[in-house]
Amino acid sequence: MPMSPLSLATMPDAHPPALQGFDPEAAIRLIANVGHNGAIGTHYVTHGDDWAELALDYRDDLIGDADSGVLASGPIIALMDMATSMAVWIKRGSFKPQATLDLRIDYLRAATPGHTVIGRGECYRLTRRIAFVRGYAHDGDPADPIAHVAATFMMTDEA
Amino acid sequence: MSADALTLPPYGDFLGIAVERDETDTLLFRMPFGDRVAGRPGFLHGGAIAGLLEIAAVGTLRDALAEEPGASVKPINVTVDFMRGGRVRDTFAAARITRLGARIANVEAFAWQEDRDKLIASARMNLMVRRGG
Repeated sequence: MPMSPLSLATMPDAHPPALQGFDPEAAIRLIANVGHNGAIGTHYVTHGDDWAELALDYRDDLIGDADSGVLASGPIIALMDMATSMAVWIKRGSFKPQATLDLRIDYLRAATPGHTVIGRGECYRLTRRIAFVRGYAHDGDPADPIAHVAATFMMTDEA
Repeated sequence: MSADALTLPPYGDFLGIAVERDETDTLLFRMPFGDRVAGRPGFLHGGAIAGLLEIAAVGTLRDALAEEPGASVKPINVTVDFMRGGRVRDTFAAARITRLGARIANVEAFAWQEDRDKLIASARMNLMVRRGG
């Protein structure tokens, strides 16, 4: 095992430099421009020790309700899945394979048509095998979020 | 038969989803594999799977409400469980309405690939129902 992810969860005094082995901006460039992430157009905004913010621009082909022009919830789930994944990699300090176990999203209100959606994901607890994350999405005012998310990830490189 | 439920929103078209009715009159949603729904190499993206499950849940509910003019639905929340990685092939989804109340509907949706008994993901949704416009 090249590096024990356990140390991050069990050695709070020896708080690791979270970004030592993981550069969120570089990683997002690597994974945000291909496949589904690239197709919906997620991009990097900012990050901290255990959180990341990504953005999703409004687009007509991502509309979920043709009458109102409101964005579909699917792309918002994809955005939050990605933002919370980034938060885990930042906190672990490494870009390791992981799989989403479950994700719950509460739709607090519809996103305003035309507005860019910002998704903020936070990893609030990391164990050797499981990462617990939460986050929210807003479309301009963080105090008036459009969605709230809770999810767990499983490390797929652990036996 | 509802034309409404079979008409997908732009996001459904974006994912390439097609709808048909199976022999038991259940709506079957099919999402072909392509770069737009790809995640890490060799796998589907979890977000695309969640999108398919939501489209199946909402479409099935709208279909059930097709006889009621002016009825509309709005998602409150969704919980998705990912059981298996989706591979590079077509993905199917269908939904079941657990309860359709006066104001709230509870809907479950299931996604699979080659074997309907081997789910790759499932979802539970709560939706708000507005009746009679």
